[in-house]
Amino acid sequence: MPKIAMTVNGKQVSADVPANTLLVEFLRKDLMLTGTHVGCDTSQCGACVVHVNGHAIKSCTTLAVQANGASVMTIEGLAPGADLHTVQAAFKEAHALQCGYCTPGMVMAVVDMLKNNPKPTETQIRHGLSGNICRCTGYHNIVKAVQIASGQAVTA
Amino acid sequence: MAQDGIGASTKRREDYRFLKGIGKYTDDINQPNQTYCYFLRSPVAHAKIGKVDLSVAKSAPGVVAIFTAADLEAVGGVPCGWLITGKNAQPMKEPKHPILAAGKVRHVGDPVVAVIAESLNAAKNAADLVSIDYQELPAIIDMRTAQTKGGEPVHTEATDNMCFDWEFGDKAATDAAFAKAAHVTKIDLVNQRLVANAMEPRAAVGVYEIGTDEHTLFTTSQNPHVIRLLMGAFVLSIPEHKLRVVAPDVGGGFGSKIFHYAEEAFVTWAAKKVGRPIKWTAERSESFVSDAHGRDHVTHAELAIDANGKMLALRCDTFANMGAYLSTFAPVVPTWLHGTLLAGQYAYPAIYVNVKAMFTNTVPVDAYRGAGRPEATYIIERIVSKAARELKLDQAEFRRMNFIRKDQFPYQTPVALVYDVGDYEASMQAALKLGDYAGFPARKAASAAKGMMRGIGVCSYIEACGIAPSSLVGALGARAGLYEAATVRVNPTGSVSVMTGSHSHGQGHETTFAQVVASKLGIPAENVNIIHGDTDKIPFGMGTYGSRSLAVGGSAIVGALNKIIDKGKKIAAHLLEASEGDIEFKDGAYTVKGTDKKKTFGEIALTAYVPHKYPIDTVEPGLEETSFYDPKNFTYPAGTYICEVEIDPRTGTTVITSFVAADDFGNIINPMIVEGQVHGGLVQGIGQAMLEGAIYNDKGQLVTGSYMDYCMPRADDVPSFKVVTTVTPCTHNPLGVKGCGEAGAIGSTPAVINAICDALDIDNIEMPATPERVWRAAHAKTMKAAE
Ligand code: FES
Ligand code: FES
Repeated sequence: MPKIAMTVNGKQVSADVPANTLLVEFLRKDLMLTGTHVGCDTSQCGACVVHVNGHAIKSCTTLAVQANGASVMTIEGLAPGADLHTVQAAFKEAHALQCGYCTPGMVMAVVDMLKNNPKPTETQIRHGLSGNICRCTGYHNIVKAVQIASGQAVTA
Repeated sequence: MAQDGIGASTKRREDYRFLKGIGKYTDDINQPNQTYCYFLRSPVAHAKIGKVDLSVAKSAPGVVAIFTAADLEAVGGVPCGWLITGKNAQPMKEPKHPILAAGKVRHVGDPVVAVIAESLNAAKNAADLVSIDYQELPAIIDMRTAQTKGGEPVHTEATDNMCFDWEFGDKAATDAAFAKAAHVTKIDLVNQRLVANAMEPRAAVGVYEIGTDEHTLFTTSQNPHVIRLLMGAFVLSIPEHKLRVVAPDVGGGFGSKIFHYAEEAFVTWAAKKVGRPIKWTAERSESFVSDAHGRDHVTHAELAIDANGKMLALRCDTFANMGAYLSTFAPVVPTWLHGTLLAGQYAYPAIYVNVKAMFTNTVPVDAYRGAGRPEATYIIERIVSKAARELKLDQAEFRRMNFIRKDQFPYQTPVALVYDVGDYEASMQAALKLGDYAGFPARKAASAAKGMMRGIGVCSYIEACGIAPSSLVGALGARAGLYEAATVRVNPTGSVSVMTGSHSHGQGHETTFAQVVASKLGIPAENVNIIHGDTDKIPFGMGTYGSRSLAVGGSAIVGALNKIIDKGKKIAAHLLEASEGDIEFKDGAYTVKGTDKKKTFGEIALTAYVPHKYPIDTVEPGLEETSFYDPKNFTYPAGTYICEVEIDPRTGTTVITSFVAADDFGNIINPMIVEGQVHGGLVQGIGQAMLEGAIYNDKGQLVTGSYMDYCMPRADDVPSFKVVTTVTPCTHNPLGVKGCGEAGAIGSTPAVINAICDALDIDNIEMPATPERVWRAAHAKTMKAAE
């Protein structure tokens, strides 16, 4: 079994895992970080999005060994302690979540989107969210949350 | 208005845990010494199960146990909760639905073998080593030909594959109305099969404690008590006091998590057999072939209209697909939740509906957001728009001409329901204004100038929610009551815990129910805690579906609160040395009428638990009350939606340029949450109209079995919405509320299709109206014009 070591949410972790372990399994089962979810098996829903070395990736399509040596951030590490990150706070403000299942992946994807494009238009927001499926909200309020988080006027 | 009380757009308290990634969904729950279950499912739609060889698999590394139907002979089948009686008093056919397929497999995804192992991978690897000899039979897939296809039926109990042949309404009156009609509009509609696709796949963890002989099931359910009842009493013979069912945070349901499923019964049963906890979590492709699907109706409908444009009668013939087995509420969806809604918002005297429910070799079909009501609304709102087009009348005007007027309530429809209240003109006017209906011709001309085709679609829906009066549904075949229960526990220091039988899987009950309690007791909402989803903590509950949580569950909470307030009056009367009749409760305090003598709610609560100065001879200590609320009628949310589309005839691409929703949900507790429910419903309905569809090939393979092929609505497929409400409070429940969970999904589908048909100037288009279908329709017109 390969030995892997990485930083997860600022903490150094290491483990022996079967080579076919997915990053999401490692996070959820070995590290008990269950905030990252699995919504599909074809890499299409985005419920599993985490950041690896600062980039949003789908952890259901990444092997744990691929993240060896990397710095991983999950939803649990986005804001310290009891705090909410600006994006998390905007989601709450805009009622951009209902069942909450897609939410961690959505939030991680939005943080990445705004890093690359701090003032996206509504069209860019909708395009940027298109890798994440939400069955509850109809996206309207997620768009609104992104606009709030990016300090823009709300059009949704 | 109390701060954070009724009417406030209070931010949700649930959000914090979900946003921080510390919610607790079923798959997040792990038990010491847990094992993992993998179900080996049928790869074929219809086959006799020949030899099953487990010998190699049993000795694979990590295997704990392997089970087949032979091990489950003493276990009951998955029960059905509703008995439909068809024509000539014929009861529906109700074949057994075994936990693991016995003798035959009946759909792709039917579980045949269950492997339990130390890890999920070990279970999957062992499953690969199981050999099953499937003797394939011709698959029955098309429900329209299922009756006459011949060959081996899905079930021997139904040799013609018909589950029931149900009729409702006044056939003679309907025929007579058609005979004198000046105009008859006919339409053929396919309400295609959908997959609910809650983002959290189903999961179950079974635990057995040998020391106490107690079973616990953690499961992704909208109604844990219903699961306890069905599974305990009908499948596993475990009495309620030995069975705990917990539905923790649940990631969406939309109906698909109402039903009792084989997998949850299996892990509960097998946890005792192997003496260790068992976890099962569906993979998405497994969800596609094992979660109950929705819709799947094929209908021919006819509408009779007189010379003045007044609707006279509606006639409908529907085939409804039950799939391979009867899911929990499957039979009621195309019947009582469908036929009774065909009056819509219109005052017309005669309706007749016939529904043939068929077994096929496909995944079972059951309630999906709206359940029967979207199908009914699709029929009525499509045929009404088609009729308006044929009569060259404006689609909004034709509806208004036929609306039930405000002064006609309570209104007895020809299909059993009595609508208590409504104002259809008000929501129509609100929608017309918000959607700038009057400005449409100019916008259409502007689009045409760009070579684009613009269309507008109206839908005036009604639904029956707040499900449902127990004696009524009992008479219609329900095998349970549909009341709701709540306990309100006032703690000694005045904080309040509410145990509700409703279950939240996205609806935000923890926030809205606390608002109700805060308003009624005059205390801050933060002092109120809402507890749900655990049969060991909640007195009883029928759960959440049919937009019933506030109208029925909320009413039960109000019932318990009223008992609390009344008991408090007795205590206050004693403390304030007044007669009970002189005590008033308002804004969180008991006062003696006409004096300034008062006791706060908190003081009364403390006195109830420290009863030193207390009417102990007549009043028990403590302050906790339970109420069961049985609704007196359904509630009738209604409204008008207007969708505007622009189609590019060169590509068939349809863009929704505007979508407005004007809904009457009665009184509203939290407008922010209500809007969110509408948004989500609208996108599900738009998904059906334009994107989604479950497709079987003639061998019974689900060719849309993943998100690669089943097109889920994404953020860039849909617009932002304009949403307003008009209010006529429900007349028969204490909060005057109607329910808002399903409206969006019910009303949006016909609105979109009406808009697309209007843009293309055609009578009908099949759903989903994909760019290809739209392009073909647009092209057919041009071709015809050229001829
Ligand atoms: S779980 Fe769906 S994309 Fe990763
Ligand atoms: S909030 Fe439920 S899936 Fe997005």
